[in-house]
Amino acid sequence: MTRQLASTPSTSPPVPPGPSGTPGELRRRRWSGRSRRDFFVFLALALPNLLLIAVFTYRPLISNIYYSTLDWTLGSASATVVGIENYVTFFTSDDASKVLGTTAVFTLVTVGGSMILGLLIALALNSRVRGTTFARSAVFAPYVLSGVGVGLVWLFIFDPGYGVLAWILRGIGQQSPQWINDPQLSLVMVILVYVWKNLGYCAVVYLAGLQSLPQDVMEAAALDGANGFKRFLSMSIPLLSPTTFFLLITTLLSSLQAFDLIRIMTPLGAGTSTLIYEAYLQAFGAFNRAGYSAAISVVLFAILLVITVLQLRFVERKVHYS
Amino acid sequence: MSSLSPVNPDPTLPPVAEKEAFVPRDRPFSLPNLMRTIAGGYIPLILATLVVFLPLLWMILSSFKQPGEIITMDLKILPESLNFQNYNIAMTTVPFAQFFINSTIVTVVGATVKVLLAILTAYALVFVRFPFKNIIFMLILVALMVPPQVSILPNYILIAGMGGKNTLWGIILPGLGTAFGTFLLRQHFMTLPASILESAEIDGAGHWRRLWQIVVPVSVPSIATVALVTVVSEWNEYIWPLIITDRPETMTLPVGLTLLQNSESNASGWGILMAGAVLVIVPILVVFAALQRYIVAGLTQGSVTG
Repeated sequence: MTRQLASTPSTSPPVPPGPSGTPGELRRRRWSGRSRRDFFVFLALALPNLLLIAVFTYRPLISNIYYSTLDWTLGSASATVVGIENYVTFFTSDDASKVLGTTAVFTLVTVGGSMILGLLIALALNSRVRGTTFARSAVFAPYVLSGVGVGLVWLFIFDPGYGVLAWILRGIGQQSPQWINDPQLSLVMVILVYVWKNLGYCAVVYLAGLQSLPQDVMEAAALDGANGFKRFLSMSIPLLSPTTFFLLITTLLSSLQAFDLIRIMTPLGAGTSTLIYEAYLQAFGAFNRAGYSAAISVVLFAILLVITVLQLRFVERKVHYS
Repeated sequence: MSSLSPVNPDPTLPPVAEKEAFVPRDRPFSLPNLMRTIAGGYIPLILATLVVFLPLLWMILSSFKQPGEIITMDLKILPESLNFQNYNIAMTTVPFAQFFINSTIVTVVGATVKVLLAILTAYALVFVRFPFKNIIFMLILVALMVPPQVSILPNYILIAGMGGKNTLWGIILPGLGTAFGTFLLRQHFMTLPASILESAEIDGAGHWRRLWQIVVPVSVPSIATVALVTVVSEWNEYIWPLIITDRPETMTLPVGLTLLQNSESNASGWGILMAGAVLVIVPILVVFAALQRYIVAGLTQGSVTG
């Protein structure tokens, strides 16, 4: 959807050519009596949805900023205004470097991993062999499954005592590492499962990109003697840059919002507390620190906003090859 | 769609070179050619498919295993018998039937209202005259970028304050506004030919009739796509139902599965947990298998400029 942001056609309804008179004159005549009625028709049709979006999407952004200035325990009737103290606490404590570091590692590795693996799978799917349609659906399937269910299945596979992975490792004479108790390994585990769940999305989007490459250009390159790998490096990759950019933004935004797998696989968040998970733990975990949680949400939203703005500016300057 | 052929007949090439270049082509089942197809085409595809299916297969197999078959050092791949005991235990430890009913209500009501609102808003944005339509559309686009996760605390305070904690309406209400569906349907409505609507208008059909008798019937595939994507995401929705419910009576399946996880925390519970995971995952897997074309199209919409 992000790409269409830049290239969306204008919203005015298409005006059909009239039978007689200049189009402008005709339009005016036709619409003059109706404008007011259309005004109310529009409100009747669109207002419920717009109100819901305003109340449950836009209002929380402002409320969060307000709550973030409070020292407030969730459920308590009283709160004290503390100004920017929650932000100061966050940025000066160990939390900030730990949470921001975890967020950066989780986001960069999952985005990079699912995009690179997704492109490789897309190349395989783009080959002319039987069964690619089935394989495409199969690879996409984890993307639509419940993160809670998927997380449990993988938690069992990673189980150091009785999981499949421990069994395989025993087969080659290794001891299974403590995936769940070790903070660093639990981050590795959650990243692996996240990539497994999401790379099908990248693969299908890349596949669509590959299939829309200009065939004449590619064939010309083939005629000129460029082999498959060379064509891929010097033609496909640059030509795919709009797809890559689209995927970069969408996977970046969704990685920053990853919650289900982290919650189910590492409920305590040791080592896997990203910004979103820390905001959840602070408000709905043991401490009920609503103000502090709101401050973390504001930081997260600011990061998302920067990404969106950068993306919009970049889209304008983006090089188009086709 | 057709991928490019690596060898193209080139009339300018000398005949000798041509003959050499075409050896694999002339004999499609020659050994090198066959090897290349297998290595380049089938092996990655089979690997990728296995990586996806083996964990899910393992889930299903394990859901039939008794604790003794799981707590063992030598791995048993197949369960000894197709025994539904784990499912029974899962469904009596926590009220899974209730979760199933709750999830179904939340999904059906939530998705129906969302699709309806998306149709109405998209129609208004495309076919009804109104000032500031561009600004409204921009606000909808921006709402697409706002993650629901940053809104949970304020929405929790609002809904809990309205008495919506542990109620189904409390689960459904905050998600009803739909930016995604509105955006997708608007993009589709923009492509409809104006002429059919014009003739209906001349025949005296009002907006309501034009919407339901012309726009909706010709847009069924797009609406189906939006509906399916909405159903899938409502069914899997986790963070909001997790926060707004803490009593089993109103929990949805993913939240109920968390409850089951908490009560089966030792290794002997894996079979029961896998049975629970099957109950959550398989319904969506079946829907996906049947309608994957629409779902894939809807979820990857916007990736290729159309």
